[in-house]
Amino acid sequence: MQHIQLGGIDYAILGVYFAFVLGIGWVLRRYVRNSEDFFIAGRSMPAWIAGLAFISANLGAQEVIGMAASGAKYGIMTSHFYWVGAMPAMVFVGLFMMPFYYGSRARSVPEYLKLRFDEKTRGLNAITFAIMTIFSSGISMYALAKLLELVLGWSFHASIIVTGIIVLIYIFLGGLKSAIYNEVLQFFLIVLGFLPLVLLGLKDIGGWQGLTSKLAVVATNAGFEPGAWSHSWKYTGAPTHNPMGIEWFGLIMGLGFAMSFGYWCTDFLVVQRAMAAGSMTAARRTPLIAAWPKMFMPLLVILPGMLAIGLHATRGGFLPIGADGHPNYNLAIPMLLAHYLPTGLLGLGLTALMASFMSGMAGNVTAFNTVWTYDIYQTYVRPGQTDRHYLRVGHAATVFGILASIVAAYAATRFNNINDILQLVFSFVNGPLFATFLLGMFWKRSTGHGAFAGLLTGTITAALHYGLTMPQGATPGIHGGFLGATLHTYPSEMALNFWTALFAWTGCFITTIVVSLLTKRTKTDDELRGLVYSLTPRIVEEAMPWYKRPVVLGILVLVVSAILNLIFW
Amino acid sequence: MNLDVRWPIGGMFSSFGAILIVYGLVSSPEIYQRSLGINVNLWWGVVLLLFGLVMLALAYRATRPPPPV
Repeated sequence: MQHIQLGGIDYAILGVYFAFVLGIGWVLRRYVRNSEDFFIAGRSMPAWIAGLAFISANLGAQEVIGMAASGAKYGIMTSHFYWVGAMPAMVFVGLFMMPFYYGSRARSVPEYLKLRFDEKTRGLNAITFAIMTIFSSGISMYALAKLLELVLGWSFHASIIVTGIIVLIYIFLGGLKSAIYNEVLQFFLIVLGFLPLVLLGLKDIGGWQGLTSKLAVVATNAGFEPGAWSHSWKYTGAPTHNPMGIEWFGLIMGLGFAMSFGYWCTDFLVVQRAMAAGSMTAARRTPLIAAWPKMFMPLLVILPGMLAIGLHATRGGFLPIGADGHPNYNLAIPMLLAHYLPTGLLGLGLTALMASFMSGMAGNVTAFNTVWTYDIYQTYVRPGQTDRHYLRVGHAATVFGILASIVAAYAATRFNNINDILQLVFSFVNGPLFATFLLGMFWKRSTGHGAFAGLLTGTITAALHYGLTMPQGATPGIHGGFLGATLHTYPSEMALNFWTALFAWTGCFITTIVVSLLTKRTKTDDELRGLVYSLTPRIVEEAMPWYKRPVVLGILVLVVSAILNLIFW
Repeated sequence: MNLDVRWPIGGMFSSFGAILIVYGLVSSPEIYQRSLGINVNLWWGVVLLLFGLVMLALAYRATRPPPPV
């Protein structure tokens, strides 16, 4: 494949970007006086800043590249990850869970588990989270460096080391606040860097009309109805009628409920941004403000994939063919960049790609250093030290986090399957989490033993389900069925993943209830005040205009998402 | 108080806008064949510059004392 040639002006834009992200870290270094400044930005962020950081931390390179790839592979059905998945979950975490996360004054999600349940539940969550965060960060580094090598011919080592060092410097200097400020900057850069690409692509292909006619060719070539790529719900009556291979029930329960609530409501990477907000209302509004740009993100990340596959099918050879004989869907965005953008805007587009990568990585590293320092080091290694000591540990953990990510990135180059295996293990561990938090926050009878047993059982349920079922046409192994017997065959891998998440949730939910009823409560009502719904006084809203009220915002988000679903039905 | 995040955002996008506008004015029209004949550097540069200036203006306004009622 021929490399894209960059001009001096492209490098100038990249250079300006690097100067600004480092400059933010440099200016903010003065404001880091104690460990709370470093780890939770002194709980001082306005809601709009925390909100944009909330989605930006999630908008890593894997999200951008992966969603575009799904847009090409599955069409507009990919929007379910946003309008069915993220939206209800973000409204739920803002309205119903943030009062307990923020109100408990916990400094991390595992710490909430310690306050609500017990030490072992926190330990399990903190340790698995720390390990998974490092690997996610490493895998995403690997993915970006590989892409830059393929598209630009840049050295794999140089990409990893340069981006690693820049992220290290700005977090080391300014802590979470620096990460959050940069995430806001990166958010605008991602939007303004990819938007010209989408506009040019749409103009070229003849608008939405032109796109649907091209996608009809894609769909009929693949043996589906012509509208299969441009309707999100119409073909979900049976899994064989749509490219994702899933029916509406599995979609809503597996993706919409188990998977999305599990991520948006419990993942410390995003929840940390809301915990950094300056007040309870700001914390509740954080995910609700984040929901608005998130809602329109499909325009920027899914649409390019649909444009690329439409052009590929009708003009031929737009996407390079991968080793498996299929087009390389991951290259949808880079190929569009190269196709439409001249030197100048090309630099801006690539800088936007770098920005998405850095925001994702910084999100992982800041979440890691906090959990490591507060939940692991301060709890198990050296409790009772001065705050200054923990601040130093946080600095060291930042360096360690980046180095370990780099090691993980190189491990990913050595072992072909490592990405798939890790993603799989993560989904087993994350699947049950939402059940634990739901019961913890809304059922005061749930106990520490119950929560711990539930988490373990949920993970085992997920692994068993995955090991005993298979997607159609796969060979037993990493894609399911590794336990030998196949009890059920799903129409697609996506369907298998959604159902695995639902099984994990259900296993955890039932086990937590049963074990809780069999064990004694160890926390009194008084200790659980502020942690459980029924024992917490209702929040008295500050006086504010109606459009700033969390409840109103939440309802508006749901109404507009519903309208989007109808438009693209 | 603190660094207002709109300063660096405004500064960065104004710089991008300025760079792209100048480059759009001096670059040869041939490079715009791929962008459907539109001088996207010039036009998107204008958009970025305006966005940057609005951010700077908002940050500046926040530094001034509120007007007397």
